[in-house]
Amino acid sequence: MLISYREALNQAMREEMRRDDRIFLIGEEVGHYQGAFKVSKGFVEEFGTQRVLDTPITEAGFTGLAIGAAMAGLHPIVELMTFNFGILALDQIVNNAAKIRYMSGGQVAVPIVIRGPGSAAHQLGAQHSQSLEAWFCHVPGLKVIAPATPHDAKGLLKNALRDPNPIIFIEAQLLYSTKGEVGEGEYTIPIGQAEVKRRGDDVTIVAYSKMVLLALEAADQLAREGIQAEVVDPRTLKPLDVQAIVSSVQKTGRLVIVEEGWRFAGLGAQIAELVHAKAFDYLDAPIVRVTGADVPMPYARPLEDAAIPDRERVLAAVRQLVKGV
Amino acid sequence: MDRDDLLSLYRQMLLIRRFEERSAEMYALAKIGGFLHLYIGEEAIAVGAIAALRRDDYVISAYRDHGHCLAKGSEADRVMAELFGKATGLCKGKGGSMHLVDAARNFMGGYAIVGGHLPLATGLAFAVTYQKRDQVVLCFFGEGAVPSGQAHEAFNLAALWKLPVIFMCENNRYGMGTPVHRAVALYSNLAEKARAHGIEAETVDGMDVLAVRTLMRTVVSKVRSAPQPYFVEALTYRFMGHSMADPSHGHYRTKEEVEEERQRDPLLLLRRTMIDRGMAAEPDFKRLEREVAEIVAAAVKFADESPFPAPTALEEDVYAE
Repeated sequence: MLISYREALNQAMREEMRRDDRIFLIGEEVGHYQGAFKVSKGFVEEFGTQRVLDTPITEAGFTGLAIGAAMAGLHPIVELMTFNFGILALDQIVNNAAKIRYMSGGQVAVPIVIRGPGSAAHQLGAQHSQSLEAWFCHVPGLKVIAPATPHDAKGLLKNALRDPNPIIFIEAQLLYSTKGEVGEGEYTIPIGQAEVKRRGDDVTIVAYSKMVLLALEAADQLAREGIQAEVVDPRTLKPLDVQAIVSSVQKTGRLVIVEEGWRFAGLGAQIAELVHAKAFDYLDAPIVRVTGADVPMPYARPLEDAAIPDRERVLAAVRQLVKGV
Repeated sequence: MDRDDLLSLYRQMLLIRRFEERSAEMYALAKIGGFLHLYIGEEAIAVGAIAALRRDDYVISAYRDHGHCLAKGSEADRVMAELFGKATGLCKGKGGSMHLVDAARNFMGGYAIVGGHLPLATGLAFAVTYQKRDQVVLCFFGEGAVPSGQAHEAFNLAALWKLPVIFMCENNRYGMGTPVHRAVALYSNLAEKARAHGIEAETVDGMDVLAVRTLMRTVVSKVRSAPQPYFVEALTYRFMGHSMADPSHGHYRTKEEVEEERQRDPLLLLRRTMIDRGMAAEPDFKRLEREVAEIVAAAVKFADESPFPAPTALEEDVYAE
């Protein structure tokens, strides 16, 4: 079945809400408006306003409310209109959702999925174009998922809604309309399991979320140039499937990491550290990172383009690494 | 009024008082580390308010939480062991003084980011409504949290969705060293802050355990029968410093002020009421002192003799399985 990323998320939530009445959806415009990006289309009609709750524009308030509800046995889905607004809920996410289990010595669980789009779209300016996944990955107690395809989005979201932990589920505005094959019938995808999206022997490209699409495009071009790139998509950023990345690097000896977030202290730096620790002897060349520029996102189109990894920069990085040119 | 009933309230306040006095001593001996915020002077609020609850009602608090935890029925042994950071503590030594949790008693925790737990309280109340249960949620916080954004986001959602949560503002007049009149524009009537959100609110003498309980019985019954939030401002005073790092009066208030407020010690007030009415006499209070002293001594012994968490505990409880 060929469906959009948006429909995949819709199906995942719908199926899980039918299965488990502890699950409810809360956020700005999720109900009558059908979701700012139409992810919850038809939900208020099917589940009613008791389970699909439009909120005022108070991220700390409604995220905190959802965390409290999770502590009392419910399983909320918080839709952040974008993760930029999640910054307002960081105290709730970091100080409460992530820590309550530990602080209580294991007495209290916080089963909650906090989801919405991250990363840049087109010319939305500095406050609406941020890839903040590294922040969340830094916090013990959170799991972080950033799927690239409709199939992964559906299977991982379904599993996230069966997990007893707080989960940050990062989508992307530019992925919502992308389409892909999704299996018929019931399936879930384990959290913490990477997938090799394309096989190759010459170089490993690790990419996640919409950077996976970029990496696959680049790999197509590289194949025409005689370079076989293996594209590994971690899908879950925390816990990270380090072994899948290491196995690929052991085969190819070369690693390029593509991420849209800011370079300094970005997720790629952590992946590089893990690969150094576990596969240093297999590396034939230094690890290369292709990242977003360390600047607030500019509005002007050419500047914005320059701030976000593109196909050419991925190609250049791989060619340099493999051929030295 | 029933003699045993009042003696029981007195005993609960006395337990908190003596428990905390011993905690301060243990802090001085370095048996307890970190921050230790004492509730001494404010006991009537926890005891009076929780006395109006059902056992399965939820309580959630800020970082000055020992009194609420003990009033909710947690064992003194396990609370003291938590302060000592021992494996036998309520939270296996991972929470500490500011993060006591006793989930079995629906004591959902102490939280140390001012204002941050008010949204959690609305969430507990949301769950009660969602699951069609009839518990109420009692949320304690200091007046220092009242101007915070998270408090107002919580007030608004609770009012908007008619959630059964009682916001209990313990106004001890100082947010650490800053008096309320230097922190809140409408400081003279904090209840107005809640009324601005459409929440019914009341102010009560937080030194008078009977006044607190009487008001709370009405409030709890109202909130339980017709779910809605309620705000209570309890006027009180902290006899000790903000934490153990702060002497009892500091630079921000005078010795004379503290001494004057101590004349309205909640234990003293209840004791005087009972004696004046001929409901109890010195021997009754002496007996309670002995009983409480034994509980506290046993708690210290239990905590002291308990083991620290094993090194393997470090990475346990980060995630649920």
